[in-house]
Amino acid sequence: MKRILFTLAGTVLLATIAGLALETASAADAPAESLKAPAAFESIKDKDARSVALFEEMGKVFTHPRCSNCHPRGDSPRQGMAMHIHQPPVVRGAGGMGAPGMRCSTCHGKENMPFVTGEGSIPGNPAWRLAPAEQGWVGKSLAQICQQLKDPERSHMTLAELQKHNASDGLVGWGWHPGKGRQPAPGSQTLFGELTQAWIDTGARCPQ
Amino acid sequence: MAVNFTLNGKPVSADVDPETPLLWVIRDTFRLTGTKFGCGIAQCGACTVHLNGLTRRSCVTPVSQVGGGTVTTIEGLDGPEAKAIQDAWVDIDVPQCGFCQSGQVMSAIALLREIPKPSDENINQAMGGNICRCATYVRIRKAIHNAADTLASTAEG
Amino acid sequence: MTDLTRTMAAADVPDDLAIHNVSGNGVSRRGFLIGSAAAAATLMVGVYLPGKARAASAGMDPAFAPNAFVRVATDSTVTVIIKHIEFGQGPATGLSTLVADEMDADWSQIHAELAPANTAKYVNSLFGVQGTGGSTAMANSYSQMRKAGAAARTVLVQAAANRWQVEPGEITVSKGVIRHTASGQQTTFGEVASDAARLEVPQQPTLKTPDQFTLIGTDVPKLDSRPKSTGEQRFTQDLYPDNLVVATIVHPPRFGATVASVNDSKARKIAGVIAVRTVPMGVAVYAENTYAALRGRAAVEVQWNAANAETRSTVEMEKTYSEAAKKPGLNARNDGDVEQSLASADTVIEAEYFFPFLAHAPMETLDAVIQFKDGKVTAWAGTQIQTLDMGALAGVFGVDKANVTLYTEYAGGSFGRRAQPGGDFMAEAAMVTKALGSDRPVKLMWTRENDIQGGRYRPLAVHRLRGGIDKNGNITGWDQQIAVQSFMKGTAFESAMIKDGIDSSAVEGSRELPYAIANLRVGQHLMDNGVPTLWWRSVEHTHNAYANETFLDQLLEKAGKDPVDGRLALLGDSHPRYRGVLEEVAAMAGKAGPVPAGRERGVALHKSFNTYVAQIAEVSDNGNGEPRVNRIWCAVDCGVPVNPNVIRAQMEGGIGFGIGAVLYDAITLSDGGHVEQTNFDRYRSLRIHEMPDIEVSVIRSTEAPTGVGEPGTPPSGPAIANAWRRLTGHSVHRLPLVPVTA
Repeated sequence: MKRILFTLAGTVLLATIAGLALETASAADAPAESLKAPAAFESIKDKDARSVALFEEMGKVFTHPRCSNCHPRGDSPRQGMAMHIHQPPVVRGAGGMGAPGMRCSTCHGKENMPFVTGEGSIPGNPAWRLAPAEQGWVGKSLAQICQQLKDPERSHMTLAELQKHNASDGLVGWGWHPGKGRQPAPGSQTLFGELTQAWIDTGARCPQ
Repeated sequence: MAVNFTLNGKPVSADVDPETPLLWVIRDTFRLTGTKFGCGIAQCGACTVHLNGLTRRSCVTPVSQVGGGTVTTIEGLDGPEAKAIQDAWVDIDVPQCGFCQSGQVMSAIALLREIPKPSDENINQAMGGNICRCATYVRIRKAIHNAADTLASTAEG
Repeated sequence: MTDLTRTMAAADVPDDLAIHNVSGNGVSRRGFLIGSAAAAATLMVGVYLPGKARAASAGMDPAFAPNAFVRVATDSTVTVIIKHIEFGQGPATGLSTLVADEMDADWSQIHAELAPANTAKYVNSLFGVQGTGGSTAMANSYSQMRKAGAAARTVLVQAAANRWQVEPGEITVSKGVIRHTASGQQTTFGEVASDAARLEVPQQPTLKTPDQFTLIGTDVPKLDSRPKSTGEQRFTQDLYPDNLVVATIVHPPRFGATVASVNDSKARKIAGVIAVRTVPMGVAVYAENTYAALRGRAAVEVQWNAANAETRSTVEMEKTYSEAAKKPGLNARNDGDVEQSLASADTVIEAEYFFPFLAHAPMETLDAVIQFKDGKVTAWAGTQIQTLDMGALAGVFGVDKANVTLYTEYAGGSFGRRAQPGGDFMAEAAMVTKALGSDRPVKLMWTRENDIQGGRYRPLAVHRLRGGIDKNGNITGWDQQIAVQSFMKGTAFESAMIKDGIDSSAVEGSRELPYAIANLRVGQHLMDNGVPTLWWRSVEHTHNAYANETFLDQLLEKAGKDPVDGRLALLGDSHPRYRGVLEEVAAMAGKAGPVPAGRERGVALHKSFNTYVAQIAEVSDNGNGEPRVNRIWCAVDCGVPVNPNVIRAQMEGGIGFGIGAVLYDAITLSDGGHVEQTNFDRYRSLRIHEMPDIEVSVIRSTEAPTGVGEPGTPPSGPAIANAWRRLTGHSVHRLPLVPVTA
């Protein structure tokens, strides 16, 4: 068959696996966005304003797909940087652990499992599950997210417990170590914990 | 390194790389071929087994994670739900090419064990991870309902 | 592997697998049979139906084998040899039904086996080669299998008559029991089988008249439902002969690229990897087990030469096709004067349609087991065109076909993918086996990524349609320009399929548009493209039916006509079978009552492979601005309905397959020509919650039976799109309906 050919400057392409679109992987492998330390906000004299600024910095983490994909509103988790609906279809189920016959644990294990046949991995963590529905925030404003975090009816946490969750929870921590092919959450969990503490210390103000 | 677990009721030991997906241990080592390779990335469900009683995609399960656990493949099924599901599958001729059906059957049985009388919504949620390229879904749904009815009438009788 | 595991595995082999063992030498595992060449010679291994297989199959000589299709064992088991591959469309059951009915056998004594490759015995009379496709299994076997069964019955009856010293005409047969009522004697097939084997077999036995059928036309239970519900059904993937080498392959990242150089040092360090070899279509990795073969595949580093590669994106291809379709192409049909009719029309509607490449994605990826030993080739695969695959094997190994044995295995789906005019997968598997240079059996198994990115897609197509309506609302002109590539060119099918420059496949279903439109032109533009393509369930009817039936629906709407009545009027009196299914489906939907709020209905009508199908889809919005197909009514006329249950199943499956593609699927190439989809995460398959309720009505026709594997697919897309247009006002001219996301 006669083919229409387009001349390539270089005719050689390096690939490790047949036909995989490597561009996608490299985009997702982009380094994490940075996160400022609390000290960077000390120049803000007004305590309330400083508190709001600290929360807005934390917001980079809350709204990052790595974190918000498992804080969906509704019953379906999201996937990827484009935050598309989880495939295969799954639902929240009891305790955010999925439905009978199709629990999170049907696929997700204790740690990431690299795919054997192609690029990527299936993410894993011993506590893999969805955040409670009341803590869904995909598409919400930072002000709304802040209000629901401070509302113990919805967050099921005191501010101190929230700080601990942000600073040291294992599943939350996965967001900074999501494995090859996934962009980590901004900064580090340590920094996120420090920001949370500083926000609480400044009165835990919310953006308007 | 040997990994020890229970496979279809019998203690087994697999001397394989601990990262080997359970699927290939089941198939290559133990030659139980009812569990299929379909996609390798937990999208299709053809490799579904029961791990400690719950559905598990064996293609993304390192065998090391199974250590000490109990694995049931389609060859090792037992119990009223399994019989009801498989009989219902045959009764209305669910399979076409049949390649995905082991996985479908394993998911359906797991569903009935938790929800004896599932709704259409329960079925959608439990079976949504099992692809059938022949699209036998109409009959899969009907067979699950039929099996549930059989179980209910058996329990009453 | 420890001793414990070995013991456990051996002990777990069920008894009924022992039939494949070779004289108890214990070499066979899980039913794989090929201990020796002698075994292959005496065993029929093409098929595996546990339980029922025991009696008549391997190792036990059939007492009576009147022809290539029927064998009767002394225990009365009747084995029907199926020359068509079984991957779900039901030929094993359907063709067995024909034999069983003519024999007056009891269904419980019937067992099916897939025939090995043997063109002389098992040719598809419609193709001239042994092969399955075009929904021809029933059409080309109907008389042949009935004759085979009738001949067997005649001889069995004669054998009983001889034994009892009575006239054959006084003997009746029912459910496998041969009776002479007057003398009160009765016997079974098995008891007279040996006698029958010594009698002459009639070449033209008397066939039943349709009123005498006992099984044909009934919902005979499928023969393979049980083993396919218990995991016992064996597929090529499940073959584990002793000393097996598992092979995987790395294909070029774009079509037409070739291997420039390979760094296999990392791959060869992986425990279990045996070798890495460059073959014409990529780089093969060989290992002692599948995991090692897959890891090796991931670790091979290949530099590719893309000098001859197709590097266009699908966006660029569409532009080229679109330009071509703006001009008249080679006429496949040209009635009246289209340009004149459009120029004088009161209203002219124009539409440009874009159809993407589609992958078949059968559940079992392509695979084959091949052994080259002592100058002989033995192969096991879900081969769909055995004759051509045999040729590929013989060619690659450089042996005479007499030294090639090819067994047809049950296959995990095909949808066209396993039917290869060039035998290219079999050639690839053969080259991979040959390159190892060993007499060990080699199983080449594609990954899903190999499959989705492996080409042989449904061709990309662009259609341009123009339609004219006169003042009275009559459709007076229809111009359809189809730009598509031909996959028949350069194949064994070219001379049969391309006549006077027209690829009858490319224009199928459009050239035969049944509607009475006085000025009608179908133009064909065969496009060059480096992406390899192939027939995909119902072939080019998929895009042609979509364009025809959605465009017609728009014209009828514009003309203020009802979609069903409008179609009926255009069919007139000359198309009773088209009318029959359309009227039937309209009645079915009518019985279901008014359209529920928030939903709309759309209709489509299409004939493919001589089977007529009409469908009405009821569609709503799924809440995300995407179609949710709630219900489909389907009426099918496929001639004599041999097994209505199988026909209904094929309509259900064909519809589901069509819906999945129309809603979600496209294979796209990025700039540079890289396929952007890799697996089921981005190449979506319809899932259970997206499947509509389906009601099928099978017309009780007396015409010769025609196929059902494919014809359910073409109408589903346009029926949905027509409903969606009525619901949303949005005409979908670019598939899939749900845009592909990154």
